[in-house]
Amino acid sequence: MLKIHRDHARFRKIVRGSIKKNLRQYITKGEMIGKKGGKFVSIPVPQIEIPRFRFGKNEGGGVGQGDGEEGESVRGEAGDREGTHILEVEVSLDDLAAIMAEELELPRIEPRGRMEIEEHRDRYTSLRRTGPESLRQFKKTYTAALKRQIASGIYDRENPVVVPIREDRRYRSWRTVEQPESSAVIIYMMDVSGSMGDEQKEIVRLESFWIDTWLCSQYKDIETRYIIHDAVAREVDRETFYATRESGGTKISSAYELCADLLDREFPVTEWNIYPFHFSDGDNWGGGDTEIALSILREKLLPVANQFSYGQVKSLYGTGQFIKDLREKAKDEENLVLSEIGSKDEIYESIRDFLKSGR
Amino acid sequence: MSLSPELSRIRDQVESVARSVGLDFFETIFEMVDYDTMNEIASYGGFPSRYPHWRFGMDYEQMSKGYRYGLQKIYELVINNDPCYAYLLDCNKTVDQKMVIAHVYGHSDFFKNNYWFSKTNRKMMDELANHGSRIQRYSDRFGEEEVEAFLDATLSIEDLIDPHSAFEVASAGVDLSGSEEEEEAGRLEAKSYMDRYINPPEFLEEQRERLVEKRLEREKGFPADPVRDVMLFLIRYAPLKDWERDILSMIREEAYYFVPQGQTKIMNEGWATFWHSRIMTEHCLKDSEIIDYADHHSGTVFTSPGRLNPYKLGLDLFRDIESRWNTGRFGREYEECDNLAARSAWNRDLGLGLEKVFEVRKTHNDVTFIDTFLTEEFCREHKLFTFHRDEKTGRHEIVSRRFEEVRRQLLFSLTNLGRPFIFVEDANFDNRGELLLAHRHEGIDLKGDHAQQTLRNIHRFWRRPVRLRTVRDGKGLLVTFDGKDVTEEGADPPAADS
Repeated sequence: MLKIHRDHARFRKIVRGSIKKNLRQYITKGEMIGKKGGKFVSIPVPQIEIPRFRFGKNEGGGVGQGDGEEGESVRGEAGDREGTHILEVEVSLDDLAAIMAEELELPRIEPRGRMEIEEHRDRYTSLRRTGPESLRQFKKTYTAALKRQIASGIYDRENPVVVPIREDRRYRSWRTVEQPESSAVIIYMMDVSGSMGDEQKEIVRLESFWIDTWLCSQYKDIETRYIIHDAVAREVDRETFYATRESGGTKISSAYELCADLLDREFPVTEWNIYPFHFSDGDNWGGGDTEIALSILREKLLPVANQFSYGQVKSLYGTGQFIKDLREKAKDEENLVLSEIGSKDEIYESIRDFLKSGR
Repeated sequence: MSLSPELSRIRDQVESVARSVGLDFFETIFEMVDYDTMNEIASYGGFPSRYPHWRFGMDYEQMSKGYRYGLQKIYELVINNDPCYAYLLDCNKTVDQKMVIAHVYGHSDFFKNNYWFSKTNRKMMDELANHGSRIQRYSDRFGEEEVEAFLDATLSIEDLIDPHSAFEVASAGVDLSGSEEEEEAGRLEAKSYMDRYINPPEFLEEQRERLVEKRLEREKGFPADPVRDVMLFLIRYAPLKDWERDILSMIREEAYYFVPQGQTKIMNEGWATFWHSRIMTEHCLKDSEIIDYADHHSGTVFTSPGRLNPYKLGLDLFRDIESRWNTGRFGREYEECDNLAARSAWNRDLGLGLEKVFEVRKTHNDVTFIDTFLTEEFCREHKLFTFHRDEKTGRHEIVSRRFEEVRRQLLFSLTNLGRPFIFVEDANFDNRGELLLAHRHEGIDLKGDHAQQTLRNIHRFWRRPVRLRTVRDGKGLLVTFDGKDVTEEGADPPAADS
């Protein structure tokens, strides 16, 4: 191991501490979202540097080289000096989830047993005396030879030549392990009717980032599906999900119906852990739609879902009635979690509400 | 890993050419390393066995990232030491290695002969390894976190030294005898097994602080003149434990060692590039290697539009000096000639160029180099300009192409290694043993949050309120950290000539 790895590990630990300390801010501002690439996110970290007396922002200019008249902008990139830069570090999503778990005190999710798929995998953990030469363990072979020579008195301190014979050879050997493997599906549903503005959608976007991060760390495979609805519901891709805005009214039952169909068709409850999330401003059309939605929820969704989460985002227009109805009429449902999100600052608590049960 | 037989042959060839053209260098030891090791060594500033600290890990992270994304690649690292150590990246092409080896001999010559390097410790490899193990020992004994926190504070002031005093202060350690004696004075007599009880650490601490107070009282209005070397001042007068004082001294010594590298960046790189290009093109290149060489070389001296590449500036200036002294374009007669045609056709066939560049590399540093050899013709020919950042648009605008302006701006950015001037002005401020620092303001304000953090760190040493007199937005400002809070109040600006 290189010596630098110790210093590097220490640095990563400091970074981790800093992220943890500022987690609320990251959650609220969503600075790192959009920089997600594969399994890593790039996070701007403030003040992990050694403070010194140094020049501030009105730090004059510099000397450059090239064409251009006086008073013109410098062509290309200017400056003979590094600009002020914010340190950006890459953190794996798993790490981020771990930090989140510590700070929000989230319990690990125990997948429901019936959904386990056995997976077989070979692990090289032991040694044996026979095997193909390509698996020969060099060190162990020589140790065995040395032992044998010492034990049988052949070993000569003055001339320490160790020659392994057939019996000394050791080969790496494997053990087949059966790994329980579970998959989960997240279904995001969002009300895109006129009353849901950009701010409301931003809140949903931020919440879903953290929910994704957490659930991804808990399951081997995660599928994510998106449903938008106003008076009718349809399944869309991620981009459309956040970009769409309709002017129509709202029928929450349409989304629940579609969600139930989707689960029925593609995600049998025996194989999947199911996490539906629904975000809306709580403004549902009258005419008994809430009743219909409730009955779909009770009969088709709650029985199969690990947890059904409803987040109500406050908007200028909404009455916010839906959450009240749910509270009143579905208060005995154990795996239904409700959360009211008044503003961005409340995202932090809301995420905790959704994820704290460990279901 | 040492060099392959092929590269050894190349090294021998380049070395003998380098000697024949007049370079005079330390024995140079080449090591081949992979990029990960290269990044590691570079993170440690070239010294693989330095003390452990996370900032090296931070540099490593950024370097590895730069390498992975193909943004930057370190071809070589040369250490000012006798023997001189040079690390080569093992995945370079042979022709690259040849060029890099030539480049290294240029650096090695510069280290050995440039006056500003003359007082540096040439056994720094060993010295830094010693520092490393000493700090490691402290950290085993007093706790990793304790030592790390102290190092954090120390590194925060490592640039508060006097770069120009390298010649007065022997860069070796600091004499601690005085302080130790005084510390002993505060200690009550005790048999060794009782010492722990009779002189508990808190008691000694108290004694130490009292001593400092006493000393300060003796020396009212102390120091008599403002002190540039804040580190040394703290080592001498701050109430520190022995290990703390030792760490401060070590870091200070390291800081002084690295000063000349900062002072001669333009020259040192310019010089090495000047020679690798000459050695390669005039002696060592095979026909088949020309394209690769030209490709790599042009990468080194690449100037993106509007940007100033200090390596290229150094190279061009050395070439300019050589040609001027070859043709005799210097001295009074030339300066006073105002016939443009005569000036541009000026040639006295003196052939003094080579002699002159060797002399320049011996006696100058970047500041005097620019001050002496940047000419109006050079500025015009190389299209230099000054720019500033427009506060409204955030864009960089060309301010001037006038020679005087360009020179002034360049010199300004090089002065004091581009750092603000900070002095200890009064160690008994208000007659209360508070430390007053002063920032000599030269047009640019300090970065506020950094200044506050740094003050907090200095308080770690001084243990009494620490103040900084500076200027912000044209008004005097006194920033104070009293151990709990930072306060800022208006004040008289520091005397401009302090």
